[in-house]
Amino acid sequence: MTRKYDLTIIGSGPAGMSAAIRASGLGLNVLVVDEQPAPGGQIWRAVEAVADTRTGELLGDEYRAGQDVAQAFRHCGAEYQPNTQVWQLEPGWHIYMSQAQKAEIVQADNVLLATGAQERPAPFPGWTLPGVMTVGAAQITLKVSHQIPTEPVWIAGSGPLVLLYMTQLLKAGGKIAGWLDTAPANSWRRGMPHFLAAMGSWRDMRKGYQWIKGLQAANVPIHRGVRQFSAEGEGRMTHLVYESSDGASHRVPARLLLVHEGVVPSIHMTRSLDCTHTWLPDQACLAPNVDSWGQTSQAGVFAAGDATGIGGARAALVRGEIAAIGVALRLGKINEQEADRLALPLRGKLAKELAIRPMLDAMYPPDQRVFQPSDDTIVCRCEELTAGDIRAAAKVGKPGPNQIKSLTRAGMGPCQGRQCGYTIAHILAAEQKCDVREVGFYRIRPPLKPLTLGELASLDIGDDLP
Amino acid sequence: MFHQLTDSGAQALTLTIDGERVTASPGETVASVLLRQESPVARSTPVHGNPRAPYCMMGVCFDCLATVDGVASTQTCLVAVRDGMTVERQHGKRSITA
Repeated sequence: MTRKYDLTIIGSGPAGMSAAIRASGLGLNVLVVDEQPAPGGQIWRAVEAVADTRTGELLGDEYRAGQDVAQAFRHCGAEYQPNTQVWQLEPGWHIYMSQAQKAEIVQADNVLLATGAQERPAPFPGWTLPGVMTVGAAQITLKVSHQIPTEPVWIAGSGPLVLLYMTQLLKAGGKIAGWLDTAPANSWRRGMPHFLAAMGSWRDMRKGYQWIKGLQAANVPIHRGVRQFSAEGEGRMTHLVYESSDGASHRVPARLLLVHEGVVPSIHMTRSLDCTHTWLPDQACLAPNVDSWGQTSQAGVFAAGDATGIGGARAALVRGEIAAIGVALRLGKINEQEADRLALPLRGKLAKELAIRPMLDAMYPPDQRVFQPSDDTIVCRCEELTAGDIRAAAKVGKPGPNQIKSLTRAGMGPCQGRQCGYTIAHILAAEQKCDVREVGFYRIRPPLKPLTLGELASLDIGDDLP
Repeated sequence: MFHQLTDSGAQALTLTIDGERVTASPGETVASVLLRQESPVARSTPVHGNPRAPYCMMGVCFDCLATVDGVASTQTCLVAVRDGMTVERQHGKRSITA
């Protein structure tokens, strides 16, 4: 028997949980699947277990706010299935998923992709060495394991998450060896034109200012205008090498370097469904086109939260609710007037939550060097291909990302281009002297996550499927 | 590379990594436990045999793949620890005879 639902939500972060709560409240039969063991997404990872602990305290109020949402989600009536990976979506909508080595197809009239975001891949020489991780990864391990770096840690990157993590780390008693701040030198000036529009988010701005003051008060060594940096070591990172703004070269012992260049929407599912996408120049990423209810170009496929463009957790909560109302409208559970009435206050709230984004995007653009790595830098981590390999392949004809994939295997490993897609697109754009949006992106094919033949064989395809 | 701020005390679980007994806290992931070991390495690559350790911790880099309870290429950042779990680092290409 195929399980059937009005709505299947993929992801149980802020957008997925709030959509489930609202959709259940509107009488929809909802299934929520998520690959993590507990609800919360990345921002509120492990929040149910951690919020009331000392770690919860040092992670702060924004983190602990997730506890109430998770609790409401647990009690909203939606069916919640953790530890589950979705690996294919087919029109109808048929959702192929695996849990504990067992595969299943579920049918849903509507699908909501609340798959969130991932940190932007930021290649540099040595970034595949053990000892190099992302800032987000270090924060996740603080959330799930209450753990911090043992030795003074090096950090390279920019953006709110970098400031927040460093603040949390210091509060936890951790030490920072140095921060290579990759924000542009005129970061504040870049943000100024958006300052007035962002005033509604003055609390967030004050918080950011306090983080920066705190880092200065703690005498964190801040290195601005660093020209380049790399990780070195045999088998694991042992040294950080960087060229400071004055051109001097430094080589310091370092066993852990955390990097971060912002976050980008998770687009693998919407790409695999051929949903139309638009390049967001301010966030340097693709995002699926959605209507005012969050519906993509494929009828019945909705997207909400950071998966539709980076807006943060509070915006994701609102977008999730709006999408749930949109699904209820599509199912005829409510009429248009009722949907508009329910959505009206939410739309105002969303505009307010998104007001600070243009300023943040202007202040913390990705370091342009991540798009044009040196020839010796690995760009495809899975297949261990360098930027030089890609440039050499790009010289023959005028290949797009998919030809590069066939020629070199870039993007064919287990991550399926999640770590190299944008880098390859930018390298091709530079080689072909065109805009990156003209280059396009890998064609994404199922399975969206690797699965074993045993899992595939466990699939009961039944008689009720075409 | 990492150490825990709090001791999980009586609640601690035990798992093995390459046969060695290590303790873990309920709710954490296998990748997170690897980060506390002398070697944080989860696998070596099938292409050139280079060591890799957990990198993204959220399921998008696939560098933390290891054999968990006999299942190869498990994303250890997505799997919560269980008492008695066996974790083995995986090296290079998979062999069909092994």
